[in-house]
Amino acid sequence: MSDALVQVSDVHKVYTRGAERVDVLKGLELEVGRGEFLALMGPSGSGKTTLLNLIGGLDKPTSGRVAVAGRDLTRASPRELAHWRARHVGFVFQFYNLLPVLTAARNIELPLLLTGLSRAERQKHVAAALELVGLADRAGHYPMQLSGGQEQRVGIARAIVNDPTLLLCDEPTGDLDRQTAGEILDLIAELNRRYEKTVIMVTHDPLAAERARRVLHMDKGMLVEAQAA
Amino acid sequence: MKYLPLLWRNLMRRKIRTTFTFLSITVAFFLFGLLMAIRTGFGVGIELAGQRRLLTVHKMSMIQPLPFRYLAQIQGTPGVRFVTHMTWFGGVYQDPKNFFANMAVDPEGILRIYPEFVVDGDDRERWVNTRTGALIGRKLAARFGWKLGDRIPIQPTFFRPKDGKPDTFEFEVVGIYRGATPDIDETQLFFHYKYLMERTGDPGTVGWYAVEVEDPARADEVAHAIDRQFANSPAETKTATEKAFMQSFANQIGDTGAILTAIAAIVFFVILLIAGNTMAQAVRERTSELGVLKTVGFTDLTVMALVLGEAVLLACSAGVVGLALVTLAVPALAKAVETFLPIFYVPGRSLALGLGLAVLLGLASGGVPAYLAQRLSIVEALRKR
Amino acid sequence: MRWLAQTVAISSVNVMSLGQRLGSSSVAVVGFAGVVAVFVAVLSIAEGFQRVMARGVSPDTALVLRAGSDTEMSSGLDLEHTRIIKDAPGVMRGSDGPVASAELFVIVDVPKRATGTDANVPLRGVEPAAFAVRKAVKIVEGRPFREGQNEVIAGRAAAREFAGLEVGNHLRWGDNVWEVVGLFSAGDSVYESEIWTDARVAQPAYRRTGFQSVYARLESPDAFQRFKDALTSDPRLDVEVKREDEYYEAQSQVLRTLVRTLGNVVALLMAVGATFGALNTMYSAVAARGREIATLRALGFQAGPVLVSVMAESLLLALLGGSIGGGVAYLVANGYQTATMNFQTFSQVAFQLAVTPRLLVGGVAYALAMGICGGIFPAIRAVRAPIAMGLREV
Repeated sequence: MSDALVQVSDVHKVYTRGAERVDVLKGLELEVGRGEFLALMGPSGSGKTTLLNLIGGLDKPTSGRVAVAGRDLTRASPRELAHWRARHVGFVFQFYNLLPVLTAARNIELPLLLTGLSRAERQKHVAAALELVGLADRAGHYPMQLSGGQEQRVGIARAIVNDPTLLLCDEPTGDLDRQTAGEILDLIAELNRRYEKTVIMVTHDPLAAERARRVLHMDKGMLVEAQAA
Repeated sequence: MKYLPLLWRNLMRRKIRTTFTFLSITVAFFLFGLLMAIRTGFGVGIELAGQRRLLTVHKMSMIQPLPFRYLAQIQGTPGVRFVTHMTWFGGVYQDPKNFFANMAVDPEGILRIYPEFVVDGDDRERWVNTRTGALIGRKLAARFGWKLGDRIPIQPTFFRPKDGKPDTFEFEVVGIYRGATPDIDETQLFFHYKYLMERTGDPGTVGWYAVEVEDPARADEVAHAIDRQFANSPAETKTATEKAFMQSFANQIGDTGAILTAIAAIVFFVILLIAGNTMAQAVRERTSELGVLKTVGFTDLTVMALVLGEAVLLACSAGVVGLALVTLAVPALAKAVETFLPIFYVPGRSLALGLGLAVLLGLASGGVPAYLAQRLSIVEALRKR
Repeated sequence: MRWLAQTVAISSVNVMSLGQRLGSSSVAVVGFAGVVAVFVAVLSIAEGFQRVMARGVSPDTALVLRAGSDTEMSSGLDLEHTRIIKDAPGVMRGSDGPVASAELFVIVDVPKRATGTDANVPLRGVEPAAFAVRKAVKIVEGRPFREGQNEVIAGRAAAREFAGLEVGNHLRWGDNVWEVVGLFSAGDSVYESEIWTDARVAQPAYRRTGFQSVYARLESPDAFQRFKDALTSDPRLDVEVKREDEYYEAQSQVLRTLVRTLGNVVALLMAVGATFGALNTMYSAVAARGREIATLRALGFQAGPVLVSVMAESLLLALLGGSIGGGVAYLVANGYQTATMNFQTFSQVAFQLAVTPRLLVGGVAYALAMGICGGIFPAIRAVRAPIAMGLREV
């Protein structure tokens, strides 16, 4: 047994759209160590997001094994996976995916609702997360009232409020201008360095990939070996 | 409880839509309460205080009088605790449209057999001692503005005075009764049977007898014993519990219960569709958000519960408002309909049933959307943007 | 003309796209249908009751009661008074004397078929002239009762609603046994709910010496005033004279008022609820078509036609719902046979629910009114939405 945090071995993923059969992942192998900052690059349709979803326990491979911290995700029930995600994984999305009806603070609080924490404790955690992403003064704002960058900071705060080991980011800067993207990447890098989060980031953006300590390229469902940045 | 803010914010997302759905459910439950009040008014589903009371009437029909001498015989029947007599007077106040029940009774007997008529001490004494006095219900007093001491002229219909005085009977209001419970008719007028005899001569008959039994469990037995005594006489009797008489009266009006239930069912069906449609719309346009919740670690069941909770919250809050409004409105309406339906209120049981239906409505309207939300695949949901 | 052409163009596009909004649209239709079905079905009770009370009674028949009585139940007339009444001017005369019948009206307990519980059925004691007074009465089965015998004939509606009124059956009321010897029809009138017998047999059985009413056939409807004046001015009498049709019309009033009030209140409340549902449907229809409407406006269509088209859609749904509701009510309620209590006489009247054209038109009008309420606000919103914003909507 390797001491890698994420182990993906011989994973196949096949989608069938009507009569058509699409092989998205074809026997993929990957190991990600604790505290790594990995960027996954590649053209659209190369299977990046699918891989990320498998590692995050959102989806299951057609065959093969995905394990995180020694736990085999392919054998877990949907219910177990939900509990596992709540405790160990944080997701950051391209379009932030905040609930428009909730304030920034309430959005960040969502994962905490799944824990046994009291209301006061939850508020403390939310405040800390907001502080960390530099949005302490925007707690009561609704997503509509925030800029794209601020929305993504809220998204990140929601991802880390539970103090997960693994942070999965799907094109976190894809919808942002260059300067804001830089700030978001700084934040992610800091989470990796200072708070020792293991980060796996799917991106198109070479500038974003530069921040990672390791970059892998994907093409047609396979990893193409690449150099570390 | 910690999910309540989320449920609430989701409901408030489309304020107009939620408001309209809320209002239509509110109206439905208002209507439900009203139908239940009408149903009670028609005597459907009224639970009288036990089966303690029997009525003995002429076997041919209730309008046929019974001999006065039956009183002693019924009193002597084993199992009978007390018996008194009543006679329908059918008098008219000013105009036949001013209909209310008026009966000649034994003044002490009526108080004893109907302990649910609450009469204050002074009124009680005055009523028993005033030969031309009338004991009237609170609602009747309110309807015509009658007060203690007022003299009210009542025109007889089939009784004809034989004393040469003018036809009209004049009664002095000496007592006003209230019902101990809301299902007591407070629109009746009672006066002394002796006074009726005085004015019309003694025919030796009364309208019917009201009988209190010692043991309600043996009511049927006592009823048979009473009827057996008068079998094969010119005036045979039919004795049954007061409840059975009310039931038979309700049946005579027609299948009011079934009609009202059918209306209520249609109302609920329509509202169910409206609320269900709203919930389905709400879930459809929120697919990706539900996906996010699942990503964050909400289980399928929790997400389903959230959708169901939203529907139940909407249905219950609207239901409670509707039931509260109808409870407030019915006493005001009761005045308007008291000529037809002297008893008109929403029974507590119906309110409880209403609350149950509200929960059920929420579960039913949220059921399909909640199931879809539970089945929703995260990957599919996140792709739909 | 341009305006009209635009309206037709947009409306037809709307109507054709209805299919895409089937779920939401059918909810509105069901809502309208439910309201109209309840409205029509409940009011058909009042219509049916009114109809039975208006049939087979005529303005050339007069009814005499004791003064102060508004029904036969509370009336009473002595034998000699009935003779004076029959001989009054204006009464038609036949070969056997005046065409007038002194009658007794009591109620007897007969079990209702539907529930098995006793109901108050009117037993009318009549004189032979009764059949000449009410020409609509015809024996449809068996034979008429014989004078002086404990025999009865039952109205065909009574025989239908109540148990044991078959020809040849024996009935025991009090200490007398009566034989049902015939059934009669009476032009679907209220008399068909009654049981008839010889007045002179009924009198001793019910311990009466007199009568309760006199039914007299007049020489013509115009003779009524003369007849009435003669009786009311006669010092020997203290009576009330009514026309037969007016008497029964008045009898149906309490129930009609009750049922109409009830039906209207219930339908009104339901309509409010259903209108909110329709508002939801139309708002979401407008929202779903925001882009389409904006495109049309950008192409130069005016606000009026857009507004009318949204209203047209709402009205179409209302018309559809109203027709379905009316149709269902017609199928379920029309002709349904039942009986209820006539509150004035405390006796049973058998009748059929009647879904009249007037009710159906009223029901559909009701639905259209709901359609207007449910369409107008969404229509205004559709017109008011800024075009540029609408175009951006995805």
